[in-house]
Amino acid sequence: MVRRFRDTGHLLRLAGLFALGGGLFAIASLFMVPDGFGRYGHYRPGALADNRAPAPRYADTASCAGCHDDIVAARQGSRHVQVRCQACHGPLAAHAADPAADTPARPDAATLCLNCHRQLAARPAAFPQIEPVDHAGGESCLSCHNPHHPEPEGS
Amino acid sequence: MDIDRRQFILLAGKALVLTPAAAVVLARLAAGQAAEAPGYEMARHWWAMAIDIEKCIGCGNCVRACKAENDVPREPAYFRTWVERYHVPVDDPEHPLVDSPDGGFDGFPARRTADGQAKDFFVPKLCNHCAQSPCVQVCPVGATFDSPDGVVLVDKTRCLGCRYCVQACPYGCRFIDPRTRVVDKCTLCYHRITRGETTACCETCPTGARRLGDLKDPRDPIHDWLRTNMVQVLKPQMATHAKVYYANLDGAVR
Repeated sequence: MVRRFRDTGHLLRLAGLFALGGGLFAIASLFMVPDGFGRYGHYRPGALADNRAPAPRYADTASCAGCHDDIVAARQGSRHVQVRCQACHGPLAAHAADPAADTPARPDAATLCLNCHRQLAARPAAFPQIEPVDHAGGESCLSCHNPHHPEPEGS
Repeated sequence: MDIDRRQFILLAGKALVLTPAAAVVLARLAAGQAAEAPGYEMARHWWAMAIDIEKCIGCGNCVRACKAENDVPREPAYFRTWVERYHVPVDDPEHPLVDSPDGGFDGFPARRTADGQAKDFFVPKLCNHCAQSPCVQVCPVGATFDSPDGVVLVDKTRCLGCRYCVQACPYGCRFIDPRTRVVDKCTLCYHRITRGETTACCETCPTGARRLGDLKDPRDPIHDWLRTNMVQVLKPQMATHAKVYYANLDGAVR
């Protein structure tokens, strides 16, 4: 038999090293690549469930009307009817789940009303805005306005 | 059944090797089946957001709601959504003045009055949930990804905190959470929309300036909205296929 290559020993040793490295990589990836990786794309599909896991802190608005139907009725016909409950009252999923366990604080009208209604150049011109001192002279918004139906009486 | 000692040892040996192997295979199959939530089919949704600049009053409700809903660090500079105020001089529209004190968390101070020399308006910002997202392309470990329903999400157990994605996002929508040292961003309230609820920012927006939309639902009002408004996305030149659509957006907005 004619030997085509001389000194093949070092090539074989190198090939053996590559094979060993490849084998170690295959074994390591078996343990280190998460289950299902690549099913939907280049990521771990369990991450979708992780992102779904937290419980919402803002309740579904429909759950408010279950108990507070008097407020729902009071809001009818007002421009505030489109403002959902938790826009002013904050996250209330815990309260909706157990009304006794979590009693929400009453919002502070002095800051809450002005968050939306303080005069700002950047606000749309048609949106009702006031300069608090000129408009009420420091009087609380609640002396004249009911937040659930803020249009003054008779208007 | 007659079986000699040699056959028995062979059989027992095979069983000893194969049983754990089968258990491993079964465990892998079982683990791979829990990704879908009950009652929610990812393939039936393609989420987007519609923002109407002319309705935004800069109240900051979305910023506060987002932080409360998603446990975003309270300190300034960490936002999943924030509101910018633009002041665009009429004679120099390419150099708008933009401010966003604390992201709009406490609303905006009255800095200027309308004087006819400039336009003023608010621009709510959030992750654009790009269909071709640069942040997804640069992640070296597959920790950030486009979900099958069109939401860009983060796998916080895989993220290394290398910050490539923070730099890659053309919209500045990502930050490193100082508590976990991994990246955090808007998930489009993935935990809410997969339960059939809207996002916290849309839930609390008093004027309906921002609305969640499902582009795969033919009855979703977002289709009418997209047809009847003049709509733009931010930085279309980046070819990110952003899915946050802005109506009545000024060209000065970057």
